[in-house]
Amino acid sequence: MKALEIKKLKKTFKSNFLFKKYEILKGIDINVEEGEIYGFLGPNGAGKTTTIKCVLGIIFPDAGEISIFGKSYNTGEARKKVGFLPEHPYFYDYLTARELLTFTGNLFSLPKKQVSNRADELIKLVGLEKKRELKLKKYSKGMIQRVGLAQSLINDPDLVILDEPFSGLDPIGRKELRDIIISLKEAGKTLFFSSHILQDMEMIVDKVGIILDGSIRKEGRLSDLISHSVRYYETVFTGVAEAALRENNLETNRLDNNYIIKSESEKDANDIIRFVNGHKGQIVSVTPVKMTLEDIFLKEIVG
Amino acid sequence: MKIKAIALNTFKEAVRNKVYYLLIVVGILFALSSQIMSLLTLGDKVKVLKDIGLASINFFCVLIAIFTGINLVFKEIDKKTIYNIVSKPISRSNFILGKFFGLAVTLLVALLSMALIFFVFLLLSTGEFDAKVLLYFILLYFELLIISAISILFSSFSTPILSSIFTISLYLIGHLSWTFNEFKYNLTETFEKVVVYSLYYIIPNLEKLNIKNDIVLKIPIESDVFIGSIIYAVCYIAAVLILAALIFNKKEFK
Repeated sequence: MKALEIKKLKKTFKSNFLFKKYEILKGIDINVEEGEIYGFLGPNGAGKTTTIKCVLGIIFPDAGEISIFGKSYNTGEARKKVGFLPEHPYFYDYLTARELLTFTGNLFSLPKKQVSNRADELIKLVGLEKKRELKLKKYSKGMIQRVGLAQSLINDPDLVILDEPFSGLDPIGRKELRDIIISLKEAGKTLFFSSHILQDMEMIVDKVGIILDGSIRKEGRLSDLISHSVRYYETVFTGVAEAALRENNLETNRLDNNYIIKSESEKDANDIIRFVNGHKGQIVSVTPVKMTLEDIFLKEIVG
Repeated sequence: MKIKAIALNTFKEAVRNKVYYLLIVVGILFALSSQIMSLLTLGDKVKVLKDIGLASINFFCVLIAIFTGINLVFKEIDKKTIYNIVSKPISRSNFILGKFFGLAVTLLVALLSMALIFFVFLLLSTGEFDAKVLLYFILLYFELLIISAISILFSSFSTPILSSIFTISLYLIGHLSWTFNEFKYNLTETFEKVVVYSLYYIIPNLEKLNIKNDIVLKIPIESDVFIGSIIYAVCYIAAVLILAALIFNKKEFK
């Protein structure tokens, strides 16, 4: 079953001035399978947060369908299965972390004992045990992000939606968040998160959706996107006379006694191998240099 | 359970704000200052005690109702804490109800604190226990609930400054709206009558809930008028909250 399915989602905002309309989402489709980590990628203003807000009923779609585990997104049944961490979260600063978690648990009508136990577990999970009785107004940005993550998990959700969860976290915090996300996946949860920090995303996601200007430009499993996207082939060889290279107009870089040639296609790389063998040279290595998520992302944006 | 959670959180927010205590303390001090006023007055000192004391409590409770109420929903939207509410399995109408009940408890605590001290003070000053003052506080509480509902309504779609202007205006006009009822007898045109009738029913008739003069002047309070006033307040509050919920249900949080 799909954890989250979005079909032909459209959303338009009206500007206050002259009632001009801005089409933010132009009929997007997203499919998140149960148990996977889905990275939702896009530059600022592409429509990531608008999509997430539509899924959570914070704003209303103009057209399209959204379902969560097969139920319409706007039903209590669907909402019970979702945990949510907003971008730049702000919580009631007069509450302590424990009080916030208890309050959030009560919004799910969870039994008192269950809320209490779960709150303790989550405070430990996000490393706020020593600050649990401190009011949130005394918390740093990173600590707010941690308590935000804890509140998003209070109902033991099957689908966790995180909007820019890595922003505001230091490298240690990011590593800890990655570990939590992976442990949630291992516990069978589905995660859907947006991020600008591509390295973090690349390390953990199963599937990626790239949104640009309100449209999904690319969606697929990260392994497929990357394996199908070889940037160039790097052939390292030795033992070929320089004159032969010049004669054949081959541009090389030199590293110690080795020559390095970059070729754009597999066919060109094979031609180089044949050339080296024909000139009694030795192939040291042939490496297909694959695209990183950042390369794929930039290619979609810049073209 | 969910409404209770919102209400409890609203109450916590109010009681963890120092301004709340400041208004209660100043309200009590003003009520007690009626003792000084009564010393400077010729004639019925008890009348002055009650008049100034009750008016002070009324004024500061109204201040708490308006200034807590107008921020209640607006702050949730402005600080974006609303994202964490509407994304949960709780209806927006229940959120409005929770906010209202939270404010109702906040006002009850403030009113009870002021009323209790005023009762003791009245007992020590006059040596008599006037149970009718209790009736005044009951109706004042319903008046405060009407003001709370109105301030929540405005706060659901407007800024605190505009909400406070609207709420204070309605509060002031609400104490004069009974004149519309008198005014209609002088009108002959149907259109004018419709306008005046509409205004009479739309604007809260807060004078219905004001029995200060009856208490001070020791005029008997009829039970059917008293109960009628409470029923009126409950109906008005329900209508305002339904309107607030309808507006809130359509609201998008960008």
